[in-house]
Amino acid sequence: MNGILLQLFQDTLVVVIAPLLLGWVNQCRAWLQNRSGAGVLQPYRNLIKLFHKDAVLAHNASPLFRFTPYILFASMWLAAALVPVVATDLPLSPAVDVIALVGIFALARVFISLAAMDIGTSFGTLGARREMLVGFLAEPALLMIFFTAAAISQSTSLVTIVETLAHKQFVIHPSLAFAAIAFVMVLLAENARIPVDNPSTHLELTMIHEAMILEYSARHLAMVEWASMLKLLAYTTIGFALFMPWGIAEAGNWSALPVALIALFLKLAVAGAGLALLETLSAKMRIFRVPEFMGTAFLLAVLGLLVHFLHGN
Amino acid sequence: MKLDEFPTKFPKLPGPMPIWHGTVDAVQFRSLCEQVARGGGKLVALWGSDELARDAGYALHVSLVTALGMLCLTLPLPAERPSYPKISDLFPCANRMQRATADMLGLYASGSNDRRKWVRHRAWPNNVHPLRKNFDGNAVFPTETDAYQFVKVTGDGVHEIPVGPVHAGTIEPGHFRFSIIGERVLRLEERLGYTHKGTEKLFERMNLEQGAKLAGRVSGDSTVAYAWAYAQAVESVTGTTPSPRAMALRAVLLELERIHNHLGDLGYLGNDVALAFGFAQFWILKENALRLNNELFGHRYLMDKVVPGGVACDLDAQGSERILQMLKHLEHEIGILKDIYDEHAGAQDRFLTTGRVSPDLAAELGLTGLPGRASGQAWDLRAQFPCAPYDKLDVRMTTHINGDVAARVTVRFEEVLESMRLIRLILDQLPAGELRVTVGDAPENALGLGWVEGWRGEILIALHTGKDNAIHRLHPHDPSWQNWPVLEHAIIGNIVPDFPLINKSFNLSYTGQDL
Repeated sequence: MNGILLQLFQDTLVVVIAPLLLGWVNQCRAWLQNRSGAGVLQPYRNLIKLFHKDAVLAHNASPLFRFTPYILFASMWLAAALVPVVATDLPLSPAVDVIALVGIFALARVFISLAAMDIGTSFGTLGARREMLVGFLAEPALLMIFFTAAAISQSTSLVTIVETLAHKQFVIHPSLAFAAIAFVMVLLAENARIPVDNPSTHLELTMIHEAMILEYSARHLAMVEWASMLKLLAYTTIGFALFMPWGIAEAGNWSALPVALIALFLKLAVAGAGLALLETLSAKMRIFRVPEFMGTAFLLAVLGLLVHFLHGN
Repeated sequence: MKLDEFPTKFPKLPGPMPIWHGTVDAVQFRSLCEQVARGGGKLVALWGSDELARDAGYALHVSLVTALGMLCLTLPLPAERPSYPKISDLFPCANRMQRATADMLGLYASGSNDRRKWVRHRAWPNNVHPLRKNFDGNAVFPTETDAYQFVKVTGDGVHEIPVGPVHAGTIEPGHFRFSIIGERVLRLEERLGYTHKGTEKLFERMNLEQGAKLAGRVSGDSTVAYAWAYAQAVESVTGTTPSPRAMALRAVLLELERIHNHLGDLGYLGNDVALAFGFAQFWILKENALRLNNELFGHRYLMDKVVPGGVACDLDAQGSERILQMLKHLEHEIGILKDIYDEHAGAQDRFLTTGRVSPDLAAELGLTGLPGRASGQAWDLRAQFPCAPYDKLDVRMTTHINGDVAARVTVRFEEVLESMRLIRLILDQLPAGELRVTVGDAPENALGLGWVEGWRGEILIALHTGKDNAIHRLHPHDPSWQNWPVLEHAIIGNIVPDFPLINKSFNLSYTGQDL
């Protein structure tokens, strides 16, 4: 019973704080650029604005185009709900391991790409093509990162990984350092961040993610945007689970929950600021450099795995 | 052509610029154009005029420039079936000017095989020409279908991306048709004219005094350059000489305009490679400059400050001091930002070799102004044909040989620094004198040309006077006419996502050429 309550709590929590994370990242970017910024609550205002608008659909939009935003939102919510964000005692968690998690992200990608091509505009197709280029390189790298962590805990379940890393005897795992760098690179690519994509661009010819959602408006766009925010949160919390799991409450340990919440917000604040710093320091790379970038991520993840086995633990 | 031949044959127009004007027949017209083209000269502008009221049919005018100065030729055309020998084979940039002249006045270039419309979209039919004097400005025409033929590229895997005229960002409208294979651009074709608003026709309802205001609004970001060119044209036909103080202040305004436009562009170029930091810093500097403009001269973009006869603003010692302070701060900031741009591996990776226009290609296509100088085309009116106060300043022209985005960034940086040096020199010895002298009456049927180096390139105002100081015909010419076609070449072989960056590095005017 407690587990179900906790699951419900986490599900609500991730949906509510996902826009806050994006708002924080944007605010940090503004500060780093000497701008005052729109405040951390701006993503909420944007979502409310979009929900109040009338949706405009192309005449030739198929049902696929209309239900894709909901599929995107559902899959990202599911992904964020599966990650041990504040506690490991999640009834849903054993059902899905990290490989299935990669599958959920892939499912969302397939739908958004199909929806992008559905209307038949050249930008949608352009974006879908580029998204596939990034995606097919990012997925193997992400899998390798998960394998590195899984090799340590002898399990592909995120809950077990967290339990092993956070609550067993403290051991330094050099393999995780490689995996962590690779993970940050994958996070940047998968969440359409600089240097791979530019989330704030208005230049339609350079877009990847934005090009795919150009045809969406109002509540559909709100769902897509919210799904992106959830995706960023899911990725960030996966990163916490793998590389800094300290503070996440152990199963059954209710008293640790407030500490876990504080730890979560602290980690999000640091990670958001770090992401903003990375984005401020880098320029967007040419699209054909993306394969090199993702190749490096893959290579680092493989190195991590090799280090793990060479280390012999 | 021996470059000292033509001036002796034709009369020089009054005014500070070396401009000669002559009326020629079709054979001379073609042969003079050929000589200028062969001698390394270039075409500045081509326009037509309706002279039916004087029983003189129509006339076609071209402005050619050589190392000696400008040669303006007028070719009278018959009232029936007016046509003139094409010059687009000599000067490729003439193609669109010829097509626009055909749309607006019904003057056709004989021998040209590109007969497609240019400015005319669907708003008026083929046989109607808005710049003819008998055109009724209130006439409404049924919208016709717009069957514009783009050049098709065919082949395995080739497809088209149509972009615009409405874009995802808030920018001017223009249509770009890319033929691509994968991400690589095989061909780009532009279609402009979406901001056509009848500017030239509007001038014909005005007199010389009223025209000044409109001239400053042909392309808002170059308002000082246009206003100065207009003032120069009016002063040429009326025989007015502004005071040295007015000329010095005009130069200060022109250089301030160059500085704030270059600052804005440098910011945008950072933004286009997602270096939002650079964008924010440069726009803070630009905003500071604009606010100072507003404070000292009463307008952020310095509109209506240059007027025929002089200037409509003054600068006291305190104002000079404020400008010098701003320049000092600017110099410091730009030094830091230039280092950041130069040493940022990610930004340089995007800038270098992107959108390259080789000097040979630039010369062949007539690339002009700032992008021209970045491709080794050493033309800068301030250095070559300096009028007061530039004649005392020894303006250093910035050129670069690479012709890529990085070169255009470098030229912008150096031109900002040069403009700062010029402003300091001018303010150091700001002459006393009247701000604005009275402008006399203009003779009927006179031609006045104003020729000024704006931040984008050389701007020409061709003014034909009518009765009682009325404007008979006025053609404002933006350097974008020359440079838009070169952009089509600059993108070839680059990838689609680099187009916005290349486009921004040229930063051409839509409204200035759609008119």
